[in-house]
Amino acid sequence: MAENTARRKLPGSLDTNRNLSQWLDINGDGTVTMRPGKIEIGQGILTALRQIVAEELDVNLERVRLVTAVTALSPNEGVTSGSRSIEESGMAFRYAAAEARELLLARAGAKLGVSIEQLSVSDGVVSSRNGGSVTYWEITDAELLKREASGEATPKSHTQHKIVGTASPRVDIPRKVSGAPVYVQDLDPPGMLHGRMSRPPSYNAELISVDLDDVRAMPGVVAVVRDGRFLGVVAEREEQAIGAQRRLTRNAQWREEPTLPEFDPRYLLKLQAKSEVISEKAAAKIAVGGCTFEGEYTRQFLAHASLAPSCAVAQFDDGKYTVWTHSQGIYPLRAEMAPVLGVPADDIVIHHVEGAGCYGHNAADDVALDAALLARAAPGRPVRLQWMREEEFAWEPYSSAMVVKTRATLSDEGHITSWQMDVWSHGHSSRPGRGPGSNLLAAWHLEKPLVRAQTANPPLPGGGSHRNAIPIYEFPHQRVTNHLIPDPPLRASALRGLGSQCNVFAIESFMDELAVAAGVDPIEFRLRHLVDPRGRAVIEKVAAMAHWKAHHKSDGDQGRGIGFARYKNGAGYMAMIADVELAETIRVPRVWCAVDVGQAINTDGVINQIEGGIIQAVSFVLREEVKYDRERVTLRSWDDYPILSFADVPEVVVALINRPELAPVGAGEGTQGPVSAAVGNALFNASGIRLRDMPFTRERLVAAMV
Amino acid sequence: MAIFITVNGRMHDVTADAATPLLYVLRNETGCKGVRYGCGLGQCGTCTVIIEGKPVQSCDVPVSAVAGKAITTIEGIGTVEHPHPLQRAFVEEQAAQCGYCATGIIMSAKALLDVNKSPSDAELKQALSKNLCRCGTHQRIMRAVKRAAVEMRKF
Repeated sequence: MAENTARRKLPGSLDTNRNLSQWLDINGDGTVTMRPGKIEIGQGILTALRQIVAEELDVNLERVRLVTAVTALSPNEGVTSGSRSIEESGMAFRYAAAEARELLLARAGAKLGVSIEQLSVSDGVVSSRNGGSVTYWEITDAELLKREASGEATPKSHTQHKIVGTASPRVDIPRKVSGAPVYVQDLDPPGMLHGRMSRPPSYNAELISVDLDDVRAMPGVVAVVRDGRFLGVVAEREEQAIGAQRRLTRNAQWREEPTLPEFDPRYLLKLQAKSEVISEKAAAKIAVGGCTFEGEYTRQFLAHASLAPSCAVAQFDDGKYTVWTHSQGIYPLRAEMAPVLGVPADDIVIHHVEGAGCYGHNAADDVALDAALLARAAPGRPVRLQWMREEEFAWEPYSSAMVVKTRATLSDEGHITSWQMDVWSHGHSSRPGRGPGSNLLAAWHLEKPLVRAQTANPPLPGGGSHRNAIPIYEFPHQRVTNHLIPDPPLRASALRGLGSQCNVFAIESFMDELAVAAGVDPIEFRLRHLVDPRGRAVIEKVAAMAHWKAHHKSDGDQGRGIGFARYKNGAGYMAMIADVELAETIRVPRVWCAVDVGQAINTDGVINQIEGGIIQAVSFVLREEVKYDRERVTLRSWDDYPILSFADVPEVVVALINRPELAPVGAGEGTQGPVSAAVGNALFNASGIRLRDMPFTRERLVAAMV
Repeated sequence: MAIFITVNGRMHDVTADAATPLLYVLRNETGCKGVRYGCGLGQCGTCTVIIEGKPVQSCDVPVSAVAGKAITTIEGIGTVEHPHPLQRAFVEEQAAQCGYCATGIIMSAKALLDVNKSPSDAELKQALSKNLCRCGTHQRIMRAVKRAAVEMRKF
């Protein structure tokens, strides 16, 4: 291992997957094959990665073929999450392709009898200044990239980029809008059977009795599986599986206990927490003089609410499994499935196939294990299992409820002299591979269950519950404390932005409240406390875009507010201004956003991600909460979880401050916090009502008015 | 009793039970995988098809109710090589993130544009009111439908 630690650190995921041939093939037929370990979840990553490879190799985009991730072949890049794919996979491909180009040029130079400096490349044709030329496709062979990356190749300077930094169209959209069978839900191999699960009515429900025989006798039923309280069916036809599942559910008797907390995130304050000071400046003493203010902000559990319930196809042959899944991490999933299935990980091959947008860790991994367990009951035939809508809503892992308390002292001159913030939350990740124990739902329900793994909380600087809990404003005294409560009463895992949505909502709402108290315009107040020039630039840019007028006074039902953050305190900068209209409910007709994600690989891809993130976050802040009573999660259908519809979505205007000279950082997740705060601040500006509990439902609005 | 349906102009002899939701027949018997399961309750629109000119959520209608009727799915209006103006406009506007909602939305939009060649924003939002999109691609989708409307008026 000493040898390993002495090895040179390579860029991105190249560091852990060091052979060039793991990433790329230069083929004799005029194509390039790339094998990312990251996966497409509607964020356009595969298009951006192709741009990087085509750019460094100097070939046209059309030549680049892409193999989607499979455990048998692809580099292990862990999980596709955290807006890290450009930083990890993108940088691996940038350096791998740059080195491949150098190797090709060395061969071309030898063949043409000239030095490398004499060569130029256009779409794979290497030309010498003396007139000779040869193509990549003529000089490549299987040996070319069978070597460890040196990390010494020099990628192009941004000034040479022709493909990177453009709005290259997404490669996947034409097939998607034509209705082609592109999703894992659409797989239909010969002999395929259909599975469905019958779930307990609540997390800890105990199975008292179930009649399996009359389900077995139903037409088309191939197998009925009971293992502990894991109940499922396999049938020849999908509608038969659904019918059998319904019968099985009716036939099961359960005993339930009230195990869930009150329907208010403040239950978190009553539980034992592991508390850790994560930022402390100076003595953190409250300064003498000035006025002290306090705030308390909350949010309920949020659902990923993918439009497609999770799905997998699995096949069991001779003791080995093949699984097709939309999991964000095929290697961690395989490692987590192996002990449940009782086989070595090598006996499971996992193919990634696209699913619908997931926005984090939903039931994708769970359904893969379910499908494998059902497939075991029907050896030799593929079994497709798609969760039902009510099952996805009731059983997916949610984003944790949160409470944030703030306290600050404002000097008579209108400066914040001390800042204190306390965050209460459960952990924000229960992805596979975070054991001990298992994070897969079915593993807990089997006759011989595996213990449920403790919910993890990704560490700083990225952070989980404490993501963006440390303000990037400059305060002379500061203390931020994270109170982590283990064992969430509802399943909890990663949702786009993790804790940043509530933390930024709290910081930016409180900043607004302090600005009002100081009698200072909210934008001027932020700039007064912000040194970082890139942060200042996005705030100033969005103010100009929205024609922000200092001390804008509302007429009582229309208002305007700002929110700002640097995602993870180290990634993209986002500033938003939202307009709010107050009628019977709160409407957000417009949002402006200025964003700086360093170098934008695909400019339209970044803008598409930002627009979507903003609209989703407006839905979070206005509408979304996972409903539960003392026994059950009661969320079952879209009626219970009314996300924004076409009639309600804001018009979104995004300006990109592209900085091609800087490293690229991910774009997809940084919007949630700033836009949530901007909406709250606009509501206050409109009406004088300050809502500190999300979502801003009509009930909360009415309660705040009286 | 045998049920026949007409899907994208072709007669199809249904083998499923009469009470089976049309969605499963379209996906599993006629191979129309572009008709997608989202909720099974007629709430999200991913399974939208056009039946006799009207957008219908196919998860919420038994196949027996559409016997003998002409059903159009996303596969019936265009292909990657020969896209319908709506499909072309969705590509031109890059009006998709994950794309799972797109096919249902295109069918709802087509049903509108077939009877209203110049819909207002309000009419368009009304026509798409039963289609959800979770990625937040709404404004690109609105732009794409309006672009397609312009194209379709030329014919």
